Amino acid sequence: MSDFEAQKSTWRTKVGLAEMLKGGVIMDVVTPEQAIIAEEAGAVAVMALERVPADIRKEGGVARMSDPAMIREIMNAVTIPVMAKCRIGHFVEAQILEALGVDFIDESEVLTPADEENHVNKHAFKVPFVCGCRDLGEALRRIAEGAAMIRTKGEAGTGNIVEAVRHMRTVMKEIRRIQSMREDELMVAAKELRAPYELVVEVHQTGKLPVPNFSAGGVATPADAALMMQLGAEAVFVGSGIFKSSNPKARARAIVDAVTHYNNPEVLKEVSMGLGDCMPGLDVRTLSEAERMAVRGW
Amino acid sequence: MSHKDLSRVNVGILALQGDFEAHQRMLEERVGVATSLVRTPRELATVDALVLPGGESTTIGKLMERIGLDRAIRERAQQGMPLFGTCAGLILLAQDIEGRPEQPTLGLLPITVARNAFGRQVDSFEADIPVQLRPDGPSELMRGVFIRAPYVTCVEPEVQILARFQGKVVAVRQERILAIAFHPELTDDPRIHAFFVDLIPAAS
Repeated sequence: MSDFEAQKSTWRTKVGLAEMLKGGVIMDVVTPEQAIIAEEAGAVAVMALERVPADIRKEGGVARMSDPAMIREIMNAVTIPVMAKCRIGHFVEAQILEALGVDFIDESEVLTPADEENHVNKHAFKVPFVCGCRDLGEALRRIAEGAAMIRTKGEAGTGNIVEAVRHMRTVMKEIRRIQSMREDELMVAAKELRAPYELVVEVHQTGKLPVPNFSAGGVATPADAALMMQLGAEAVFVGSGIFKSSNPKARARAIVDAVTHYNNPEVLKEVSMGLGDCMPGLDVRTLSEAERMAVRGW
Repeated sequence: MSHKDLSRVNVGILALQGDFEAHQRMLEERVGVATSLVRTPRELATVDALVLPGGESTTIGKLMERIGLDRAIRERAQQGMPLFGTCAGLILLAQDIEGRPEQPTLGLLPITVARNAFGRQVDSFEADIPVQLRPDGPSELMRGVFIRAPYVTCVEPEVQILARFQGKVVAVRQERILAIAFHPELTDDPRIHAFFVDLIPAAS
């Protein structure tokens, strides 16, 4: 039989993996054991890292890419996709993660930025990237750099959903505004958003981001996860919220169920019962500017 | 191709997790058939056929069990409801998964599949694939988008092989069950979806 040429790592296969993760929960894990718990609970992917954001916050110092050996152990422990984080602008950490064969790279504000002007040129990689945003302009700049998935940032490691809500509402509101504009107003809109004109036109035509739009940063309960889905998130990242709670297994499973049945209060009621203690939360208003992770990214 | 009344057909799309919206777009906008998202056994009862989308097969399998959809889907399949799975959907339809006897599936197709058989995400690819949908029809080139894709390692004789890539079986059909390792729903080509809709008995 004749064989046809295969094109690897096209834009469609990158965005396609993000499409496959829709309606799912991506969980932060620090050990293979946690990764297995996450997979058992029904996570669609895990984020392998040495410290969850709550601990990064507590311990301070420079937060970097995790030890590749530790990430590899997690890759060997589960069959679902494994993501890992590189610092903003640290394209060599990204090269290492690609060589390791991770399925997605998160160029993440949770780690200490390596470059305070530039992000990674994500088009140069075979592996797809996800990046955080707080508003539509930031989302479109990251997509122009090659991000195949966007997640609103929230404020990681706080167990407080308020920033995630703010960022998702902001993105959705700005999308609706662009959609309702006249075509001859889009250039000025692009200028104000500091976003590429072509992507602003695309948002105007489709009424959505050019890539899947997930939510992150502060999800601690099944209700939080369903709230983000009802506000327009297409999937949810949960960082510290699961393994910093008193019963990670039950909470992980409940959050997975809540994301699937996010519009069904009967199911949400059932899965919210008897989950034990949440992770301890932080009032975001008490954080100084330097303690805020969401402001990292340009 | 039959010209039955598509206005009476309601195609269900399993919407527990995955790219179910891509299937919905393809079926509604390009094939021109009504669809409903299915998340509960009650919702399954209202549809004439079911699409199992791409996504994570472990996640979808567990969520089906938790809400009792696995039993409900098997019952409907036994009564002749057409089923169409892509990627994770193919895995969920299979009887066996290589090396993972503990992973739940619907077990409706007598095939064995290997998960992530073409490699991890960095090995995901696109290629033109010759697909022969009808035994007496032509072989047609279609764009195959393979994402951490499975392939079929073993088929019983009653299962028809529709496509191979690099010698691996990537599309099969038995009666009213269609299973594809790649993602036609991520392209603009409605041929496979239209073929599936043709398998739905005319609404009475």
